[in-house]
Amino acid sequence: MADYPIHEYDVLVVGAGGAGLRAAIESSANGAKTGVVTKSLLGKAHTVMAEGGMAASMGNVDDRDNWKVHFADTMRGGQYLNNCHMAEIHAKEAPARVRELEAWGAVFDRTKDGRILQRNFGGHRYPRLAHVGDRTGLEMIRTLQDHGIHQGITFHMETTVLTLLLDGGRCVGAFGYDRERGRFMVFHAKAVVLATGGIGRAFQVTSNSWEYTADGHSLAYLAGAALLDMEFVQFHPTGMVWPPSVKGILVTEGVRGEGGVLRNKDGKRFMFDDIPPLYKSQTADNPDEGWRYTQGDKSARRPPELLTRDHVARCINREVKAGRGSPHGGVFLDIAWIKEKLPNSVEHIKKKLPSMYHQFKQLADIDITQVPMEVGPTTHYMMGGVKVDPQSQMSTVPGLFAAGECGAGLHGANRLGGNSLSDLLVFGKLAGEHAAKFAKANPAARIPMDQVEEAGRKALEPFERGASGENPFAIQHELQKTMQDLVGIVRKEDEMQQALIKIAELRARAARAGITGNREYNNGWHTAMDLNNLLTVSEIVTRAALERKESRGAQFRDDYPQKDEDWGKYNLRVTRDSHGAPNVEKTPTIPIPAELKVIIEEQSK
Amino acid sequence: MATATFRIWRGDSKQAGFKDYTTEVSEGMVVLDVVHKIQAEQANDLAVRWNCKAGKCGSCSAEINGNPKLMCMTRLNSLPLDQPVTVEPMHTFPHIKDLVTDVSWNFRVKEKIQRFTPRKPDAPDGTWRVQQADVDRPQEFRKCIECFLCQDVCHILRDHHMHDKFIGPRFLVYSAAMEMNPIDAADRLKDLHDNGGIGYCNITKCCTKVCPEEIKITDNAIIPLKERVVDEYYDPLRRLFKIFK
Ligand SMILES: Cc1cc2nc3c(=O)[nH]c(=O)nc-3n(C[C@H](O)[C@H](O)[C@H](O)COP(=O)(O)OP(=O)(O)OC[C@H]3O[C@@H](n4cnc5c(N)ncnc54)[C@H](O)[C@@H]3O)c2cc1C
Ligand code: SF4
Ligand code: SF4
Ligand code: FES
Repeated sequence: MADYPIHEYDVLVVGAGGAGLRAAIESSANGAKTGVVTKSLLGKAHTVMAEGGMAASMGNVDDRDNWKVHFADTMRGGQYLNNCHMAEIHAKEAPARVRELEAWGAVFDRTKDGRILQRNFGGHRYPRLAHVGDRTGLEMIRTLQDHGIHQGITFHMETTVLTLLLDGGRCVGAFGYDRERGRFMVFHAKAVVLATGGIGRAFQVTSNSWEYTADGHSLAYLAGAALLDMEFVQFHPTGMVWPPSVKGILVTEGVRGEGGVLRNKDGKRFMFDDIPPLYKSQTADNPDEGWRYTQGDKSARRPPELLTRDHVARCINREVKAGRGSPHGGVFLDIAWIKEKLPNSVEHIKKKLPSMYHQFKQLADIDITQVPMEVGPTTHYMMGGVKVDPQSQMSTVPGLFAAGECGAGLHGANRLGGNSLSDLLVFGKLAGEHAAKFAKANPAARIPMDQVEEAGRKALEPFERGASGENPFAIQHELQKTMQDLVGIVRKEDEMQQALIKIAELRARAARAGITGNREYNNGWHTAMDLNNLLTVSEIVTRAALERKESRGAQFRDDYPQKDEDWGKYNLRVTRDSHGAPNVEKTPTIPIPAELKVIIEEQSK
Repeated sequence: MATATFRIWRGDSKQAGFKDYTTEVSEGMVVLDVVHKIQAEQANDLAVRWNCKAGKCGSCSAEINGNPKLMCMTRLNSLPLDQPVTVEPMHTFPHIKDLVTDVSWNFRVKEKIQRFTPRKPDAPDGTWRVQQADVDRPQEFRKCIECFLCQDVCHILRDHHMHDKFIGPRFLVYSAAMEMNPIDAADRLKDLHDNGGIGYCNITKCCTKVCPEEIKITDNAIIPLKERVVDEYYDPLRRLFKIFK
């Protein structure tokens, strides 16, 4: 029998982004012996990249804001497929979670009277995003990291979980390997929290890093947990489009929040042409009103550039397809124009959007204080994920919890910007707390050594095939192209059927992936092992998207371009059937209790 | 399309050396793109650390033509491509493999520094009132992405290997961010003097020059901290004055 080191924990947290760190801090605070594994070094998880801010209705800038407005905005943004209980908990608890970050050392931008400053963002009725310039994610992850290292938590950096271990249907730990030495190890735990983030690497044009290979989604699904809303992949409207090597890198919505406008090649602000009925009453009908809104005029309504992401992304797509795009296949995003309004615009832009200024200057030789940027849609966020209980965050597998981007429910068919960072804090905390409780209530189970052996054997297969096997990078690239072209921002039946065929082919090739070199810090080996997760989840996304025969939120079907009232009553739930294939089923949305319905109605006036 | 030759450090702590790779390059590419291209096409097992590819996470630090830089923010048009571009791991940390080094020392150093400790809140709801002007400085320091390039160039660590006596510019910046935060109440000066080795820094400013976040490490963090330490611990007159005040 293999002799792998065994690490014993009450609670094992998989992931060290905002959700994982917050969960670990809470779990440890509840007396549970807590371990964290992360594929990267501490402080490098995807959360570090978040720019715009975290949504919390503190009302520091506009005192009309409160949890009810935030709740209603979230539900409207999600086209009412959200789990209303999660949306309620999130809206109520976000302010306390943000304040807590300040007590742990975060240094937010300030209002004139010295409180935490909040900014406008798409789909949020009032200025709601607590932020630090355009590097809010860095502030958040560093604060949690610097606090977390003093909480008695054990961190396993550059360590990857390959499989979850199960005992009679309960999750009892995980099997993984450390990148540096390539050694296998067992994590024996009473409860496991998944906080692995998203799936963006399944697509070619993406704002997401190498880590986003859908591990948590896939691990949970393979362990028998139900996934939810997997058809809803968010394409952010503004990614860089040029030069080619930076295509997909995010341009924060904060640019539009600060007054940036979208124009086509004829100089037209095309967003005024198409304002959805659901948002008509809240949207400015002329440029001047829009500008006043971004400058804090409370009587003004928000400019159409700040409509929800799904909508803005599709409008950009339409302009480009109609031949009205910019030279490199995007549209123009112009913040430089505000010099007409602000005498110190150059300094103002550099202060408000420092990393955007640098990003364009360094990567594209463009000075955004002087000329417009070129932008186009990029894969950004996964609304779908592990189905969890709204309060405890436990999945349908006992002992297995999920929080953050790999969980589902809060965002429904479309996430509002800024609602992810707050999601990480609110539900990360709950997951940590309830995982610790679960660990107290349930004694350790035995380690299923057969599963460990099997996982270890499988992980080494690519070495046996060596150089004669398939190149794992080539397979990954082909998958990304397939998903981009066939299951992207505009979807159709026949293309998605084609995608399924292609995914099956790639799966067969992935089973023959080969790798050279040794086990130490071998990126090729790692990529070969990631493939299974990416393929599993790509198939699930495609099958769910095929099933939902309507356009809603992030899902746009060319063959069913309208929203369908009946489909609005269902979420799609995916589980693994007895043959190991994904089973997609319609489940009724969570009924909205009367007291929450009243809020939604009040707020839609 | 043009071609370029990249001379990349390959191997591990036992055996290592440069290896040349020639590959096609296109407009706008950064060094990390080329390394990835080589990894995908010619050397699947090439070890390299990266995450964001946007200069935000500080993972991809390396020495490019001898200069400490982020690979993801170094464009090819800033390098002479008529000669091979050398890419090496950071020298100041133990080598693991290819372009990857063991930076765990940095994480251990941080754990030993007195953590952020807030003073009593200003408002009954547990919040503080702080002016933007008073947090501009700590915010500058908190832009740090922990790329450790400043640690890599500092001669006290790089040439004199005083890792056990000097915390390095990154952690002087980290300490300064808390010392200058109007909400923090702890005092780290004695510790900076006794254990942090702040006295070893002789203000060469090499750290400031390489910081990708353009933090004025020396002028804004180290020198003011040094002044505070001196005020507190060396100036007998001023100390006496303080006692009587
Ligand atoms: C460029 C960009 C800008 C954004 N801006 C905003 C914004 O302004 N506001 C907002 O609210 N949201 C924003 N988002 C979204 C938000 O940043 C993410 O959704 C969020 O950070 C995800 O956090 P998380 O904790 O769920 O996961 P992550 O921060 O991605 O962390 C995932 C962790 O899981 C680990 N992991 C994954 N798989 C494994 C495995 N198999 N084994 C071990 N560890 C594993 C990873 O190593 C990592 O530590 C932005 C996203 C991007 C890409
Ligand atoms: S200024 Fe000080 S810390 Fe910076 S490189 Fe020189 S000696 Fe090192
Ligand atoms: S201070 Fe600058 S150079 Fe040093 S680690 Fe931070 S970002 Fe890197
Ligand atoms: S990859 Fe993040 S800084 Fe280079």
